[in-house]
Amino acid sequence: MSPELLQLIAWSTVDTLVMVGLSGLFGTLVGLPLGIFLATSRSNELFPAPATNRILGLVVNATRSTPFIILVVAIVPLTRFIAGTSIGTRAAVVPLTIAAIPFIARVVEAAIREVDQGLVEAARAFGASPLQIVQKVLLPEAMPAVTLALTLTIVSLLGFSAMVGAVGGGGLGDLGIRYGYQRFMPEVMATVVLVLIVLVQGVQTLGEAIARRLDKRTRNS
Amino acid sequence: MLPSDLPSRPLIAFANVGKVYPARDNSAEVVALDDINLQVPEGAIVGVIGRSGAGKSTLIRLINGLERPSHGQVLVNGTDIAALDEGRPREARRSIGMIFQHFNLLSSRTAFENIALPLEIAGCARPEITSRVEPLLAMVGLADKRDRYPAELSGGQKQRVGIARALATQPKVLLSDEATSALDPETTDQILSLLKTINAELKLTIVFITHEMSVVKKLADRVAVLESGRIVEQGTTYEIFANPRHATTRKFVGSVTGGNAPDWLLARLRSECRPGDSAVLHVAFVGAEADQPVLSRLSRSLAVDVNILHGQVETIAGHPFGSLFISVPSDPGILRSIIAELQASQNTAEHLGYVS
Repeated sequence: MSPELLQLIAWSTVDTLVMVGLSGLFGTLVGLPLGIFLATSRSNELFPAPATNRILGLVVNATRSTPFIILVVAIVPLTRFIAGTSIGTRAAVVPLTIAAIPFIARVVEAAIREVDQGLVEAARAFGASPLQIVQKVLLPEAMPAVTLALTLTIVSLLGFSAMVGAVGGGGLGDLGIRYGYQRFMPEVMATVVLVLIVLVQGVQTLGEAIARRLDKRTRNS
Repeated sequence: MLPSDLPSRPLIAFANVGKVYPARDNSAEVVALDDINLQVPEGAIVGVIGRSGAGKSTLIRLINGLERPSHGQVLVNGTDIAALDEGRPREARRSIGMIFQHFNLLSSRTAFENIALPLEIAGCARPEITSRVEPLLAMVGLADKRDRYPAELSGGQKQRVGIARALATQPKVLLSDEATSALDPETTDQILSLLKTINAELKLTIVFITHEMSVVKKLADRVAVLESGRIVEQGTTYEIFANPRHATTRKFVGSVTGGNAPDWLLARLRSECRPGDSAVLHVAFVGAEADQPVLSRLSRSLAVDVNILHGQVETIAGHPFGSLFISVPSDPGILRSIIAELQASQNTAEHLGYVS
């Protein structure tokens, strides 16, 4: 492979990391609180708002059931409004974030619902406010599961990011399509796939290691 | 029945309390508690015993406002917790500690941090938290487990952390929700004696719920027996053991005092008398008579043979207490005088039937 091609692969890797990193970050900033709200706002829960809960649940489901490539195209006006352009790596962060939010919200909701209700009752018995219960009980106890959930999200975003080439998003997926497929350069395709495999493995291993460190539920951890 | 030995104002008072869970989609309305009247004197240890579903959990949760009564009033130190405004019940709860069957410790926090939790919730500063938690760890005998996570502790140690956590805010009342039900008998005894020590040293009032009469026997000063949401009997522990009136109470009492006839005896017991049969009596020895040689006196005065079939003698609330199944001659005249003689003292004698 020529040095130009190698450099292209290197830049594409950086593009992918930037897109996934930023959308993962923004997705978490919105998705985490949303997930906490979904997990605590049914009737008889900490912040009872069953109507809002149902509506947000519907929105989350609708977003999740829209195929990503359609989502990318459908929200072009929003993308242009937020990113100032609808083309390029910066623009691609918008649909990736929109796709990440409901995903993160649901996995965080599941992680928080897994927390033993007895702990919530104990905290209430000690006079904790709903906010204190979230902050001191639910989040710390759900942290190992939330970490694994975020790892899963990042891995999924790596996959999604391959599709944003369709709107000129750049990154490894785009490179693979344009060079590996359209120009038929199998060595580029193979390298792109290899880099993606290494990235996914790295993210997964790192996420699991962090989750294990946070998890105090078993001995010798 | 309001017992007469109570001081003028109890620390906790239930007045005609009822709790009804409204009907839901596919289940009918549930009456969890009905017309509960219960008084807990300051410094007492009061046990509420009942089978599962009797309403024990609801009853204890009314005290710290985790549940609200549908009717009636629950007063703690003169305050009706259910009537407090938003936010205020939280402050009131801080004067009531609680321990749980499954400990409910945070797995992500060490022993020290778990005990610190109620203090953090109350907004205490770090140095104050440390100065309160350290002595509590020492008191429950876990100073060396300070930085261990719950997963690294045994059941008994977890409950000790639970107790220390419940005491962190220096409450007046400790609520115990089946605190020993998940522990083995030896650990149960250790936890019960720790609770007794705390009661004596800190003048802490303890209300506990349990389904085990052995726990009541070891811990309680006073007992209330709960069945289907009603208190069917209450009194001092000794009264309840010595003279259980309600069938449920008898069953519970019998389970620890040998008051329930053994299976082999029940299998042989007949209601009609055949020639050569002996009569079977159940005698409970209580009060001052419990340490008297009642049986040997009986066999001397009436010249009858008394055969002990099954029995148990033990100490309940500091008094000796015996329960014996005996067989005696079945002749009606003699039997009548035997029962009369046994009942002349404070003992109870009940004729169960005949065996060959």
